[in-house]
Amino acid sequence: MIKFQNIAKIYPPDTVALEEVSFEIQPKEFVSIVGKSGGGKTTLLRLLLAEEKPTKGRVFFDDVDVHRIKKSYYPFLRRRIGVIFQDYKLLSTKTAFENVAYVMEVMGKSEEEIAKAVPQVLDIVGLTDKANNFPAQLSGGEKQRVAIARALIHRPDVILADEPTGNLDPYNTSEIIRLLVKINETGTTVVLASHDKEVINSLRRRVITLEEGKILRDEEKGRFIL
Amino acid sequence: MLTSFRRIIRSAWLSFCRNSGLSIATVFIMIMVITLVTSLFLLKKTTDFLIIKVQEKIDVSVYFKEEAPENDILALRDEIKKIPEVKNVEYISKEEALEIFTQKHEGEKELLESLAEAGNPFLAHLNIVAFEASQYEAISNFLNQDSLQNIIQEVDYYQRKSIINNIYSITSNINKAGIILGLILGLIAALVAFNTIRLAIYSLREEISIMRLVGASNWFIRGPFVIQGIVCGVIAALITLLLTFALCYFFSPKIMTLTPDLNIFSYFTGNFWTIVLIQLATGIGIGVFSSLIAMRRYLQV
Repeated sequence: MIKFQNIAKIYPPDTVALEEVSFEIQPKEFVSIVGKSGGGKTTLLRLLLAEEKPTKGRVFFDDVDVHRIKKSYYPFLRRRIGVIFQDYKLLSTKTAFENVAYVMEVMGKSEEEIAKAVPQVLDIVGLTDKANNFPAQLSGGEKQRVAIARALIHRPDVILADEPTGNLDPYNTSEIIRLLVKINETGTTVVLASHDKEVINSLRRRVITLEEGKILRDEEKGRFIL
Repeated sequence: MLTSFRRIIRSAWLSFCRNSGLSIATVFIMIMVITLVTSLFLLKKTTDFLIIKVQEKIDVSVYFKEEAPENDILALRDEIKKIPEVKNVEYISKEEALEIFTQKHEGEKELLESLAEAGNPFLAHLNIVAFEASQYEAISNFLNQDSLQNIIQEVDYYQRKSIINNIYSITSNINKAGIILGLILGLIAALVAFNTIRLAIYSLREEISIMRLVGASNWFIRGPFVIQGIVCGVIAALITLLLTFALCYFFSPKIMTLTPDLNIFSYFTGNFWTIVLIQLATGIGIGVFSSLIAMRRYLQV
């Protein structure tokens, strides 16, 4: 479903973020990408979203080369991917509710669908009473949960979660991971980038370990070893 | 499609209200631009009016010899009327000239008495008014032809030539200066407005790239910004309309005490829809154009 082929990403002048990275992700898989910060995890996800272009190599999504499609098709690609960004990337001028609803609006969903789905998802992430707060009025963990809600709401084919539990307390962390696993069980591919050892080890799923831009290990039922 | 459009409008309105500080600043800058454009429009009218007034004061008179037969003079008048540059020709006979003079100097007994003793010293003449000051030269050349010299005593263009030329050059310079000044001021104002909107959008550049990343199409992102631009433009235009109305209403009587024929207020009401159109077009034009240009680079994600 997702294929990275001989990817290299060099930020000018000579910062190597990724080097000779190749791997494939099957539909319905749950893959964790682990590594030190600055190890290239986020860059990989950005390449898949066509937010950045690789210096070398190709990225495929459903056999389509992501970097050879027209810019006007990016929205259609991105609507199939739900992303939980490390820095949340919430719209600061919109409330929590509107942030989550925005993705559905973008996709042209009806008002009834939005009015039904958004409270449900906000309930799942435990933010029902903060629905009308702006991001600036939310704590780090709450913002992260809005970001998670936004990534789930439109039932995308793939969820990219970039450190989704970085700002959550242990209780919320296990809740969110359980949620991701549940979503994966319903058939959604999940790519989780994390450096939370406990989380990765408890999952017992495929783990790709990145170090200094290269793949160090790629194991089924892997563990967090650095 | 309709849902998207409704969403764009709602989003624009929400964002206009939530960023009210920024919106108000933009509206204020636009008010200044629109006021400038409107006052240039009104000023152009005023200068045109004054130029026409001055030009109307100029004419050329052709005086005929005592013995020139009236029929010849009237024939010449008809011929002059046919010249395309000539706006009006008026024949004043010897007697009429005396009458005009007497009326003008009513009450000055001594002058009129001495005039009565001397008989009628006035000559029959034609007053010629051209459309433009530059055309008198051509008209006087026509009058200068040899065949007319036996009836024409003199053409007073030659005494007034320098005045006429001066007026001509002054009026054409005022026109030119007005256009250049208008263009420069308009350009500066448009740049200031453009920059204000650019800064407003710059402060939202993060939002724009996030919208792209969660799958919004360019028009779904642009829409609210463009509509906000339109809303700002329309509000600014309406405020400016009220302002110009009030200014014209209060200052028109004061201007009329200086030049009684120049009624700015009636000009304003007479051209009301043109002015509304100019103001709306300026406001909406700047709003839409600036936001489209300013957003371009942030939509590249």
